[in-house]
Amino acid sequence: MPGERLMTDAELDAYIDASAVVLGLTIAPEWRAAVRANLAVTFRMGSLVGAFELPDEAEPAPVFLA
Amino acid sequence: MPDLTWRGGTEIAASVASGALTARAVVDAALDRIAARDGVLNAFTDVTAARARARAAAIDAERAAGRPVGPLAGVPFAVKNLFDVAGLPTRAGSAINRARPPAVHDAVLVTRLEQAGAVLVGALNMGEYAYDFTGENRHDGPSRNPHDTSRMTGGSSGGSGAAVAGGLVPLSLGSDTNGSIRVPASLCGLFGLKPTFGRLPRTGSFPFVSSLDHLGPLARTVGDLACAYDAMQGHDAEDPCCAQRLENPVSAALESGIAGLRIAQAGGYFRANLMPEAERAVRLVSDALHAEPVVELPEAARARAAAYLITTAEGAALHLARLRERAAAFDPDVRDRLIAGAMVPAAMLIQAQKFRRWYQRAVSRLFDGVDAIIAPATPCCAPALGQKSFVLDGVELPVRANLGLFTQPISFIGLPVVAVPVAGPMPIGVQIIAPPWREDIALRIARYLEVSGTAVAQRPAEG
Repeated sequence: MPGERLMTDAELDAYIDASAVVLGLTIAPEWRAAVRANLAVTFRMGSLVGAFELPDEAEPAPVFLA
Repeated sequence: MPDLTWRGGTEIAASVASGALTARAVVDAALDRIAARDGVLNAFTDVTAARARARAAAIDAERAAGRPVGPLAGVPFAVKNLFDVAGLPTRAGSAINRARPPAVHDAVLVTRLEQAGAVLVGALNMGEYAYDFTGENRHDGPSRNPHDTSRMTGGSSGGSGAAVAGGLVPLSLGSDTNGSIRVPASLCGLFGLKPTFGRLPRTGSFPFVSSLDHLGPLARTVGDLACAYDAMQGHDAEDPCCAQRLENPVSAALESGIAGLRIAQAGGYFRANLMPEAERAVRLVSDALHAEPVVELPEAARARAAAYLITTAEGAALHLARLRERAAAFDPDVRDRLIAGAMVPAAMLIQAQKFRRWYQRAVSRLFDGVDAIIAPATPCCAPALGQKSFVLDGVELPVRANLGLFTQPISFIGLPVVAVPVAGPMPIGVQIIAPPWREDIALRIARYLEVSGTAVAQRPAEG
């Protein structure tokens, strides 16, 4: 699971393949490297945010009304 | 006919109101200018000449009949092509959307500007589906920076930057989800306003990320920015995120100066990853404002990461059906990011939304002690068209995702910002960040910087 360590390319590819089935997406072979690179960045961002401890009571802010 | 290329909008409106200029002459001059210059700048994707001439003639008739013509009478403006314009398909920078039926109505902000007398002359180039900081577009070609046409405008409101900095129109509208008004304002040397989230209605605009999308103006003067902003304020029930607040007109108080305002610089995250021109711009603005205190926006890097996650996941959800059915018709750079975005685990997205509230509260506490915060708008001036990476603090990073490094942590919590331009061999912007709903403070400060000569929309030399 992202958040514990960086995923390997093989793990990312397996995740992409499984997710693509769930989502109904077809990923052409020539798109693969860019999708993998983007996903690696996305999961790094996710790890950074996930490492921040929040209490169980923390409320999401899906729509921010300043 | 005087040269109107660099004339401000409110100045034009005053001339139209007095009868020194007709709206028709102003609009004809703008259309001539677009015809002469847009082949190079590629700011426009549609020019609505017939509509504009008809609208200008109506304004002239109103004036001849002795009726008031509005604070933006005869001022030509253009909008990023994600705004609905009646009669045009709202392409939002994509090839796919061109097959949509033409919009039946104008976007609410277009209507409001026209009610104030402004005249729509066309729709503007943008990065596909607004997922972009470069101003490049696979289908329509890149918008080009008027200060050096071999360079980027910044994006995603690239045409909105090129049209105003190129002197084609004095006023444009853009959208800003993570920086898409402030980045082109910075790279093109313009004033740009991203109001508080929920201030201006988005009704009749093509969305990207509902919980982050803002609309706002770009202009060459603070007066024009404020006048347009005032004309666009007001609730609209069709946008569920538009706040039900009283309008807060800012134009009358623009000249109030900065006495009594506590202005600080953003430290930490906002002091790293800066090229020399960005450091210089922040220093010049901070010095002019005597902004000596330094405040830390806590966890800004994490805020940027959370904004990135929410953007990619929400954006992918919006486009999922198109990714299934027409993935090959996307700009590949956009498509591959969105496909990855569709694969974000739900827990990761929800953590980002929870963190968002924590961060919003932490930053709001900063505003107990200061009235405005100064931060860089972009890490550098305009990169070359086609440039894929740059080196910041010794690390090579992709341009497309990192031009918004300093804008993302601010729009993430909806704070109002005016990007102000600092002149140089190439211009670069600085963000003036205010507390929620205090656009008036950011605009006052911007006006002070304009009067003092620190912030100026420099006129490009035309080769």
